[in-house]
Amino acid sequence: MLQIAGLLLMMLGLYGLLTNRNVIKIILALNILEIGLNIFIISIGFVRGGEAPIFSSETTSNALVYVDPLPQALVLTAIVIGVGTTALGLAFAKQIYAKYHTFELDEMGEE
Amino acid sequence: MKKVLALVFVLVLGALIMNHLNDNNLFAGFGDAMLENRVSQSYIDRDATENNDGVVFDESLDLESGAANTVTAIVADYRSFDTLGEVTVLFISSFGVALLLGQSKKRIALEFKPNFMLKIGSRALFAVILMTGVFVSIHGHLTPGGGFPGGAMIASSMLLLYLADDEFRAKMRGFKILESVMGVFYIILGLAGLMITGFFLENFLDNGALGTLFSAGMIPIVYIIIGLKVGSEISSVIDHFLSEEGA
Repeated sequence: MLQIAGLLLMMLGLYGLLTNRNVIKIILALNILEIGLNIFIISIGFVRGGEAPIFSSETTSNALVYVDPLPQALVLTAIVIGVGTTALGLAFAKQIYAKYHTFELDEMGEE
Repeated sequence: MKKVLALVFVLVLGALIMNHLNDNNLFAGFGDAMLENRVSQSYIDRDATENNDGVVFDESLDLESGAANTVTAIVADYRSFDTLGEVTVLFISSFGVALLLGQSKKRIALEFKPNFMLKIGSRALFAVILMTGVFVSIHGHLTPGGGFPGGAMIASSMLLLYLADDEFRAKMRGFKILESVMGVFYIILGLAGLMITGFFLENFLDNGALGTLFSAGMIPIVYIIIGLKVGSEISSVIDHFLSEEGA
């Protein structure tokens, strides 16, 4: 179920990337794509009835069933890199707006 | 026309991926993942390089990786080199923001005049958020969280002050120094591991009992370093976005 939701978000983001000509909307679409991808990767590691992969006073031994920790670790990396690319993209957008006074790619350099 | 083409392309691509995943023996359905067939089970059992007798909370001593949180054990111990690269990516992006948006600017003025209650209240909240960020960073090996969310919380406390106080301006020079020093510490920690055990970033400290605060060897140190580094990086990004050209 969750895998389909992740795929849908990915495709929605890709559609947004292909059709939009506004810098802010492109960055938003990129983020939606990325969130969909993260949900998809997380869902690969889900085990029905599994515990969160943290040893605690309630889940004391490695004999219990845990969900897969590896996709979660990879997605942690992906989220941080997503923050970095978004910050850089928004900085570009700010500079573009300071120069052309518009976010639309089609209207730049017309006046 | 372009929109129709894009829609068709996206639908076909989605259908192809879905179709491929549905009749694929290697790809388990949702909730049916078999950890026994994956490397992940070795991470949970802490026997990726050597066999051990099993893991028991609060009792197991000197495991391969001493963090109670398996995700942290992977991020900051098994794949610590990966995390070093990740921190570098974040550094480069904050460096790029600084290059693009430039230096020596004044901050954007607020559209309203903050009153006394707002200023004092935001300062009280600032302390709580900052402490939560540090707490989450330090307890990364025991609870969900760690250096990256903790660093983001530290930066969000700075953002609160920026938004609630029209005269506040963080001392960016201090953040830059903190960030560089933490980066150097991470490398030094890795080189110390290389000297002592023969592998870069290998844990050379005592692992302690699983699940206690002073356990897991290098992992709390690495996560404190990452928390401060990420916090100062994102704070400097916030400062650059909230300043503009001018005197």
